[in-house]
Amino acid sequence: MSDSSVSDTVREAILAFQAEPGGLMPALWAVQNVLGYIPEEEVPTIAKAMNQSVAEVHGVISFYHDFKSRPPAAHTVKICRAEACQAMGGRRLQAFAEQQLGVEFDQASSSAVALESVYCLGLCACAPAAMVDGKLVAKLDEDRLATILAGLHGKGANNG
Amino acid sequence: MVEAIRFYIPGDAAAVALGADELAAELNSQLAQRGLHSEVVRNGTRGMIWLEPLLEVDWGQGRHAYGPVDSAALAEILEHCLDNGPPPTVYLGETEALPWLRAQQRLTFARTGLIDPLSLKDYLAHEGFIGLQKATAMEPQAIVESVVESGLRGRGGAAFPTGIKWQTVLDASAGQAGKYIVCNADEGDSGTFADRILMEGDPFSLIEGMAIAGLAVGADTGYIYLRSEYPHAAQTLKRAIGLAREAGYLGDSVAGSGKTFDLKLRIGAGAYICGEETSLLDSLEGKRGMIRAKPPLPAIEGLFGQPTVVNNVITLASVPVILAKGAEYYKNFGTGRSRGTIPVQLAGNVLRGGLLELAFGMSIRELLDTFAGGTASGRPARAMQIGGPLGAYLPPTQWDTPLDYEALAERGAMLGHGGVVVFDDSVDMAEQAEFAMQFCAVESCGKCTPCRIGSVRGVETLQKIRRDENRAENLLLLNELCETMRDASLCAMGGLTPFPVTSAIQHFPEDFGVEDNNA
Repeated sequence: MSDSSVSDTVREAILAFQAEPGGLMPALWAVQNVLGYIPEEEVPTIAKAMNQSVAEVHGVISFYHDFKSRPPAAHTVKICRAEACQAMGGRRLQAFAEQQLGVEFDQASSSAVALESVYCLGLCACAPAAMVDGKLVAKLDEDRLATILAGLHGKGANNG
Repeated sequence: MVEAIRFYIPGDAAAVALGADELAAELNSQLAQRGLHSEVVRNGTRGMIWLEPLLEVDWGQGRHAYGPVDSAALAEILEHCLDNGPPPTVYLGETEALPWLRAQQRLTFARTGLIDPLSLKDYLAHEGFIGLQKATAMEPQAIVESVVESGLRGRGGAAFPTGIKWQTVLDASAGQAGKYIVCNADEGDSGTFADRILMEGDPFSLIEGMAIAGLAVGADTGYIYLRSEYPHAAQTLKRAIGLAREAGYLGDSVAGSGKTFDLKLRIGAGAYICGEETSLLDSLEGKRGMIRAKPPLPAIEGLFGQPTVVNNVITLASVPVILAKGAEYYKNFGTGRSRGTIPVQLAGNVLRGGLLELAFGMSIRELLDTFAGGTASGRPARAMQIGGPLGAYLPPTQWDTPLDYEALAERGAMLGHGGVVVFDDSVDMAEQAEFAMQFCAVESCGKCTPCRIGSVRGVETLQKIRRDENRAENLLLLNELCETMRDASLCAMGGLTPFPVTSAIQHFPEDFGVEDNNA
C-alpha cells in the first residue's frame, strides 16, 4: 500500500503549508482532500515534511473527528444528533437510519454507506438536518430519508 | 422593460438544504423559455427560514416575496409578476412589510438578505466600509474608545466587554512578531446559526470589522477559524477575502491607510471544543485543540504567544456600524449592561424558525408569541434551552425573563450566542440531561479530570437514575458530580455542562421519577 507514488502525492499536497505558521491542520486537510483519508503509513512522510514528530502528527489526526485514517465509504451520510434536531424527531430519524443502513453511527464497517454523527450543521430552524455526500438536506422525515438512501445505491442499503 | 426585473433566491445553506439551487435552476430555465435575461441574484437569507426557499421579485416597486416556493409553483408566480395573473397562495406581499421583519432592529444584519453577498458594489451602496474609512483617520486609542463606549460585549457567549479586550491588546507590547486578530467562527452550539447566516449573507461586514480591529490594536494578520460543517460559508468567505484584497481593503495599505492587515481562512476539523478560545488558538497553531489554563489571557499571550484579539463573528461584524454611526447610536439600543442588539435564533420545535435581530430586553415569551408562533408539532411547548448545549433548560414559568445577559444569569441560565431551542411536551428531560453529559464526554478535550471523567460518570449515573437504580442516592451523587464539574473544570465545556442537567432535574423532576424537587 505504502508506495512512493502515494508519498509523492502527500508531499506535493502539503508543500504549500510547510512554511505556513501552524500549518499542520491545512496540510492534513490537503492530504485528506486528495486521498480521501490520511493513511497511517504516510504519517512519517507528513511528520518529516512538517518538521514535527510522528507522535505530534498522530496526536492531531486522532484528536479531530473529521480526520479519517481509513479509506472512506462510497457514500457518507452525516446526520445531526444535536438538540434542535432532537426537538424535531431527530432521535427517531437516527434510529431509522441505523436500521435502514444496517450500520451503527461512527462504526467502521465494510458497508458502502458510512453513517456519521455531526453535532450541528447550522440548520436548526429547519430540523432535522443531514449532509449526504456533501449535500445538505433539511426538514427530513423517515420517508424522505428512505428516498435519499435508496438513491445512493439502488439495490437496498445493507450490503455490510 | 421586463428585462429590468430582478429575482432573488437565497444561496444560504438553509435555503439550499430546502431546494433553493434547484429552484434557481428552474427559474433560469423558465426565464430563458420566455426569452428573458433577467438577473437572478443569490442573496443571503432574510432569516425567515420557515419561508425558505423565499423568492423575491423586484419589478420596480420594491421587493415582493413568495415563500416557501418549490419549482412547481414557479409558473404561477411568473404569471403573477410578469403577466398580471392572480396572486398565487405563496405570495406574501412586499417583503419589507412582513411583520417578522418590521418588528426587528437590524444593525449587524442590516444588509444580510438584501444584497448580493459577493458584490462589493452592493456592499458599498449599503453603507459598507464607512466604518473602516473613518477608522483609517482615527488614532488606535480613539477606535478602541468608540468600541468601549458602545457597550459592545462578546456575542460568542461569554459577553466580555469587547473594548476592554481590545485595550489590553493595544497596550500589550508585541515585539517583532506582531499581534493577531482571530475570528472565532466555530459556531458549534446547536440552535445557533447567526454566524453562518452572516458569513454567507454579508461576508464583507466581518472582513471590515476585522480590519478595523487590526487598525485599533496594531495587528497586521487576522485568522478566521471556521468550522468544517459550514462549507458554504467557507466558499463565500474565501471569495470575499480575495475580492476585498483586490480592491485594497486588505493587504499592504488597508483602505489607503498605509497600514497592513491581511486575512487567512482556516478550517476546523469537527471538534466542538475548538469554539473555546484557547483551544481554538492551539488548533490554529496546528496542535490538538486542548484548553490552555488562563492566565495568561490570550490578549497578552495568545496565538503563537503573541497578543491576540479573539472575537466571535457577530462581535466583529457589529464593529463597522459602531464606527460608521457612532457609539452613542449603538448604545441607545438595549438595556442596563446589555447594549445594542442581539441576533436571536429560533430553532427546534417552532412553527416559524429563523434569525431575528433585536435590541436586548424583549421577554422570551414575547419572542415566542411574536415570532415563533407556537410549536411546529402543534403540541404545547414544554421546555426551552437557551444558549446552546451548555445552556439551562427553562420551563414555561420562567419565560417572562427578558433577553438580557444579567437577567438570565440571575436565573442560572445564559443567553450565550442567542440560540433558543424549543421542545414540545413529548420531550423526556431525563434523556436530554443524559445527552448533555454524553455530548461533553464525546467533545471533552481531555485536559482536566472533572470534564473528562466527570462527563462519563455523569452519563452512567443518569442511566442508573433513568433505570430507577438507587434513584435517590444517585441523584445526590449526580448533584455532587455536577458541583465538582462546575467548580473545578478548566473551561466552560465541563464547567457549564451541569447547567442543562441540574436545570432539567430542578424544573422537570417528574421526568426523573422525583415527586417535587423544589419542596
